[in-house]
Amino acid sequence: MKTNITLNSLLLLLCLPAANLKASPETFDFKDPKGVNNAVFQLDAPLESVNGSANGISGTVNFDPANPGATTGVIDVAAESLTVPNPLQKEHLHGPNWLDVAKYPDIRFEAQSFANVKTDGNITTALVTGPFSLHGVTQTISVPLTLTYLPGRLGDRVPGMHGDLLVIRSQFVLKRGDFNIQKRHYEDKVSNEIHLTLAIAGAAVKP
Amino acid sequence: MKRIFYWLAAITTVGASLVWTFAGGNLGWTKTSDVVKQLDPVTGIEGITYHQAFHPGVDFLGAALVLAAILAAIGFILPRKSLKKAQ
Repeated sequence: MKTNITLNSLLLLLCLPAANLKASPETFDFKDPKGVNNAVFQLDAPLESVNGSANGISGTVNFDPANPGATTGVIDVAAESLTVPNPLQKEHLHGPNWLDVAKYPDIRFEAQSFANVKTDGNITTALVTGPFSLHGVTQTISVPLTLTYLPGRLGDRVPGMHGDLLVIRSQFVLKRGDFNIQKRHYEDKVSNEIHLTLAIAGAAVKP
Repeated sequence: MKRIFYWLAAITTVGASLVWTFAGGNLGWTKTSDVVKQLDPVTGIEGITYHQAFHPGVDFLGAALVLAAILAAIGFILPRKSLKKAQ
């Protein structure tokens, strides 16, 4: 009997690391305490160029390092956080004729499916598809994404905290006309094409 | 009185041109902030923050020149009589 208990305990001990190896998805929170996360937008029209950024980023992403292709999640950008250096341009951008941030406060992308997933070390590239909501219009889009998994690096970024980091980078182009933002108007001054560059880091805190 | 308006127009033109030139001669729109980029060494992300700064653009210069033109026009319209009275 005593031998059986000891054997069972030994088996349990041997099984524990195996159970840990079969990792489950981690949930990464993209509300950045350092305020570094940002989305840059560029509109290059024949007469004018508008460049700005947004830092009101939040959302969560479920990422499994053993199966990056199964990643899902939602990223929100507070429309009010979109900033351009010219105050009048910013006022117009936020106003009812353009983004109407009072009525449509969120810009949202939901990652639903991954394709062309390639993983090299801790870097995964993929084409992610999902609904993108802007100015009250939702369109399904596919965008290229690079995910960099940094296990155990949260403490290097935020002292006193333990956990992993996930960095998401993406560059893609949207057309404001597709989202009913002054469709076919002022295209000589405000380009229809919006070039977006996203660079955000999420944290999965561990005890 | 005419002379005062002509002087105000001249001062506005020269003053605005000097401010615009010494503030960098920005050929775009007026900016009230500067973009400051800071690299996060762990993630490699370039954080973007805005610091308050005034960079007058061509709209500032244009508005000043329009104001100067209005002042000069007022001076031109004013009758010479009021100039004599002022003297």
